[in-house]
Amino acid sequence: MAEALLDMRNITKVYPNGVVANQDVNFSLAEGEIHAVAGENGAGKSTLMKMMFGMEEPSRGDIYLRGSKIRLNSPQDAIRMGIGMVHQHFMLVPSFTVAENMVLGMEPRKGIAINYSEAVRLTKEYATKYNLHVDPTEKVENLSVGMKQKVEILKALVRGANILILDEPTAVLTPQETDELFDQLKLLKEKGHTIVFISHKLKEVKAICDRITIMRSGRTEGVFDMQQVSEQEITRLMVGRDVVLKYEKEANSIGKPVLRVKDFTVCSKEGKRVLNHIQLSISEGEIVGVAGVEGNGQSQLVDAVVGKLKGESGSVEVGNVPIGGMDIESVRGLGVSYIPEDRMRQGTAKEASILDNIISTRFKGKEWSKLGFFKRSKMLELTEEYIKKFQIKTSGPNQEIGMLSGGNMQKVVVAREGSTEPKFLIAEQPTRGVDVGAAQLIHHNLLELRSKGCAILLISADLNEILELSDKLLVMYEGEFVACFDHPSEISEQELGLYMLGINRQEQGDIRRGMHV
Amino acid sequence: MFKSKHFEYYRTASVLLIALLLTFIIISFVSGQPLHTIYIFLYEPISSLSHFGNVVEMAIPLTFTGLALALLFKMNMFNLGAEGTFYFAGLMASFIAIRISMNGALHPLVCIMFGGIVGAAISAIPGWLKAKWDVNELVTSLMFNSILYGVGQYLLNYKLRDSAAYQTASFKFESTAVLSKLIPGTRIHTGLIIVIVCVILAHLFMYKTRWGYELRMTGANREFAEYSGIKTGRVIIYVHLLAGLIAGIGGSVEVLGMYSRFQWNALPGYGMDGALVAMIAKNSPIGVVGAALFLAYIRVGADMMSRYSDVPSEMISIIQAIILLLVSADQFLKFWKNRMLLKEAQKHA
Repeated sequence: MAEALLDMRNITKVYPNGVVANQDVNFSLAEGEIHAVAGENGAGKSTLMKMMFGMEEPSRGDIYLRGSKIRLNSPQDAIRMGIGMVHQHFMLVPSFTVAENMVLGMEPRKGIAINYSEAVRLTKEYATKYNLHVDPTEKVENLSVGMKQKVEILKALVRGANILILDEPTAVLTPQETDELFDQLKLLKEKGHTIVFISHKLKEVKAICDRITIMRSGRTEGVFDMQQVSEQEITRLMVGRDVVLKYEKEANSIGKPVLRVKDFTVCSKEGKRVLNHIQLSISEGEIVGVAGVEGNGQSQLVDAVVGKLKGESGSVEVGNVPIGGMDIESVRGLGVSYIPEDRMRQGTAKEASILDNIISTRFKGKEWSKLGFFKRSKMLELTEEYIKKFQIKTSGPNQEIGMLSGGNMQKVVVAREGSTEPKFLIAEQPTRGVDVGAAQLIHHNLLELRSKGCAILLISADLNEILELSDKLLVMYEGEFVACFDHPSEISEQELGLYMLGINRQEQGDIRRGMHV
Repeated sequence: MFKSKHFEYYRTASVLLIALLLTFIIISFVSGQPLHTIYIFLYEPISSLSHFGNVVEMAIPLTFTGLALALLFKMNMFNLGAEGTFYFAGLMASFIAIRISMNGALHPLVCIMFGGIVGAAISAIPGWLKAKWDVNELVTSLMFNSILYGVGQYLLNYKLRDSAAYQTASFKFESTAVLSKLIPGTRIHTGLIIVIVCVILAHLFMYKTRWGYELRMTGANREFAEYSGIKTGRVIIYVHLLAGLIAGIGGSVEVLGMYSRFQWNALPGYGMDGALVAMIAKNSPIGVVGAALFLAYIRVGADMMSRYSDVPSEMISIIQAIILLLVSADQFLKFWKNRMLLKEAQKHA
């Protein structure tokens, strides 16, 4: 290997909320390689990359570029030194054209005006050079996710990036788009660029990377040449033990339907149908999974089944009660629980204690207060019980929830939502950004609820999770269900990808019959 | 030794200390006898019972407005309406104290309750606008301060003014309405009891009741509160009512405890000082007492200083500005917290 192009030595990063994201991490990048950074969610990969890109400053430790020490105070510094980053969530202005986004902040000028034709020319030049074909005059909001990613990569290249950091680039892509991306990355490598590829999907890492740095709970577990290490080996280092997500599901007698969505249609502001005549029925003791590329109507479906979204046509019923237009308190009163996708925004109040977060959905009950005064010792007991049952790592019920790691925070959310004897539970990305141990615990909890007769709607981008847990799997594409599978664990991820991408679709009649509606 | 979870206490203490040190530095530039001046500033307020009485009687209105604002701030509402509410409720209490005669024990109570209810009603308007249409509470509350002042001046001049008085002031209160003195040798009045009761009730409300819980959750993350099934619009309205009630009681108590006529010809400023008190106290009702006492202490100290030395009392504005600046500056001393965190992390590793 050539000498290190970029070297991060003994990096420690502690966030203001006390979370230690990196602890004495060493990372070294050789010129012209594709280097994977692998690890479970929450292992500290993103933090490390943010420091490499100047978005965060290390609490301790140094960064060296070509042997000389550098200080990155902002992404501008990083860009100046030839480091570019493609974020998981794109940093583009949707209402601007591709070319305008491309030159944002470095606009070519003609007098005092911006020289648009030059911007278009520049975009075309780079697009041809790197074989990343985009239409420079198209508005970004009209592009598909895969296209947006190309724009992001080009944006970094136009700014002179020599080192390119890709933060989980495949998370939002279908398997087919992923293959295309890999071809492009190989081309970039041939042209002499160095790429850092962050992922926790081993197959992908194996497919294109030269070397791999494995991280686990904030530390580096080792650096390997890709040929010299097996997938099993990597898994073991990533999670600290051999884990196969495989669950023994006991056969369950399926009861009467709990959730009934009939012919539900919703249009976006632009008049596009984001939910198109949705039919859905979930029964007691049944887990129905919904797979799909993000942004195909899943979040609207969730809003609809919690009563937040009123449809243009159709109805949503929970236990034969129509919930359209009901307030959240009454919907919850029907026995509906909801594990939201974003635990920071919706699922928790991060300055509040664990106890406060646990009781938020049940404190109105008579048994929790007397004349309006809380029965605090009873609440403490409850919280301690959940801390024990869910193995939440904390100093006690009064600790601020914001001080916990993502996985433990999510356990609090699941404990709260799963423990009120729900009749119907919506689990939206229940294990996103959560370590494997916590994920297993959460999965077991969902299965436990299933055997108690709870109807569960599971929406997840984690295909492994959704294939393993679901009794029935639906695929969503552009606001419609395009496939329904009765035995999800027998489907391959590739096959699922074809449906998610909208290439294949089943007959509507078959889907309905599959759903028994 | 230092723990990061106590960081906020250290920071507040450092802020107060830095403000005091800066004061000393400025004093030593302006004063002919800096040491003597500092001595007066620090010691005079506690040198005698009557001086200490001054501190307490000034702390009473500051505690009232501080409490009202602590409730609002805790809910993450930056409403500064306590100023106008305090003033206007005082005027309304005066109205009852002047125009209506009543049995001695009942009279002040009726005045104060009336002031409080008026305060609650006034305060509910920005709250309702916020809950209903998400109107910025800072804007409405500040505008209300001006409106209330204008209306108050009109009422004072055309309805309550005693032309026989030497200044613009109302008729004298009925003697039955005036709050009696509590401690001989000082002007400390029975309002002290009322304020202590209010502090305890506010504390219990905030931390022990379900309504206080709803308040705290709405403040910590409104979206989370909504998601959990709390009707945050309703919470915003009842907290505004409560804050207005406290500020209103405060205004009434101040007028009846300290004066014999209503004679505020400008907004008294307690509402704005209350914001400072609430911020120093980190919105804790019990903390408000300490913060109000501290502020009253340096105020009285500055007052004494201007009387017995060559430094004017306006000096105090500088201290207040520094405190406000540092308390509200999130990044201040952050590096210190980061270092504490790093150390603790290493210990655990």
